Amino acid sequence: MSEAKKTGVGKIALEAVWYNNPIFRQILGICSTLAVTNLVLNTLVMCAALTAVTGLSSLTVSLLREWTPRNIRMMVETLIMAFYVILVDVALAAYWPEMRKNLGPFVGLIITNCILMGRAEAFAITNPPWPSLVDGVMSGLGYSMILVIIAVVRELFGMGTICGVAVPYFSSEYWDKWIIMVMPPGAFFMLALVIWAFRSYAPEAGGESRK
Amino acid sequence: MSANGALYQALVVCVSAVFTGNILLTTFLGMCSFLSVSREVKTAVGLGAAVVFVMTCTTVLNWMMYWWVLVPLRIEFYRFILFIIVIAAFVQLVEMVIERYSPPLYYALGIFLPLITVNCAILGASLFMVIRNYSFVETVGYGFGSGLGWMLAIVAMAGIRQKMAVARVPAGLQGPGITLIIAGLMALGFIGFTGVLQ
Repeated sequence: MSEAKKTGVGKIALEAVWYNNPIFRQILGICSTLAVTNLVLNTLVMCAALTAVTGLSSLTVSLLREWTPRNIRMMVETLIMAFYVILVDVALAAYWPEMRKNLGPFVGLIITNCILMGRAEAFAITNPPWPSLVDGVMSGLGYSMILVIIAVVRELFGMGTICGVAVPYFSSEYWDKWIIMVMPPGAFFMLALVIWAFRSYAPEAGGESRK
Repeated sequence: MSANGALYQALVVCVSAVFTGNILLTTFLGMCSFLSVSREVKTAVGLGAAVVFVMTCTTVLNWMMYWWVLVPLRIEFYRFILFIIVIAAFVQLVEMVIERYSPPLYYALGIFLPLITVNCAILGASLFMVIRNYSFVETVGYGFGSGLGWMLAIVAMAGIRQKMAVARVPAGLQGPGITLIIAGLMALGFIGFTGVLQ
């Protein structure tokens, strides 16, 4: 990844969203967000929070990389992430308390999302600030893309709505609601199917890059 | 509440954390290590045991830190940082202690301990404990039960995956894909426990 330094920002972005997509390439960071994918709105908020935190913490890690002692860098990175997550949490508490209640502990769990640490370690710690920001934001977006697909399918099949708005056919009595979709197993199955689809469609980068 | 009632309550919380509210299969926490370390039963048992121990101790420690330090000082929003530090410090301490006093145990569990610091399930259990307003005894039950539930899931998965070695799986589904499908089926099975605690 260190050779990405010399190449353009566009390349980094494409790399982060597609060739190194955190979910279907590296299977990272599904922990904290999969649980909220039964509603599209929750997923969107969660993904926005995650993208913002990933981008900003990559930027900060990169800005501080000259001054961070090598052996305590993990701790420093974790504290930087925790700082941004607290900002997000406080902002949600102030402006959107119901959403904060819906998301429960999962906002806090962004800290332990492997993508944050993964990007900080693999990219931000050795690269200048601007590409790190792009890499962080793009990894976040690549991740959000998959989760939004999962959320749309789960909410549509499970409840017949998208973002709470009823969808014509799926909310009528012709559609037997798939309760399983809004329950935890639905998330596992959807994620597996999405990974299968993306890996079959873009197999060239090799399936062995996963962690 | 009498002492007996409190213990009973803790037991209920513990059992429900193992089965009906399994932290891995219902809230998807600790997926990363679940997917990567579930290849062999032996390593899965090692990691699972380490998780049970660390999770029980850190939820209890975090409970004390939260209710005795953060709440009186009215700085609850620092809990993320505090919990992470407590978990990291505790894991570090345990690592040093068992390295000093029990080298065999260190070689068996030692490699898993650093992995645990970034295991979302550990932090998740602490955060759930705060949100659900558990009492001290319930927290002990919850921490232990969540760890046990996680261990149960990863050991079962490792056993299934060893059998999977001889199965033919479509190329795109190999590795994490099929593991997720198995996890989904397992979650489906665990839903069957829902009626038990009524």
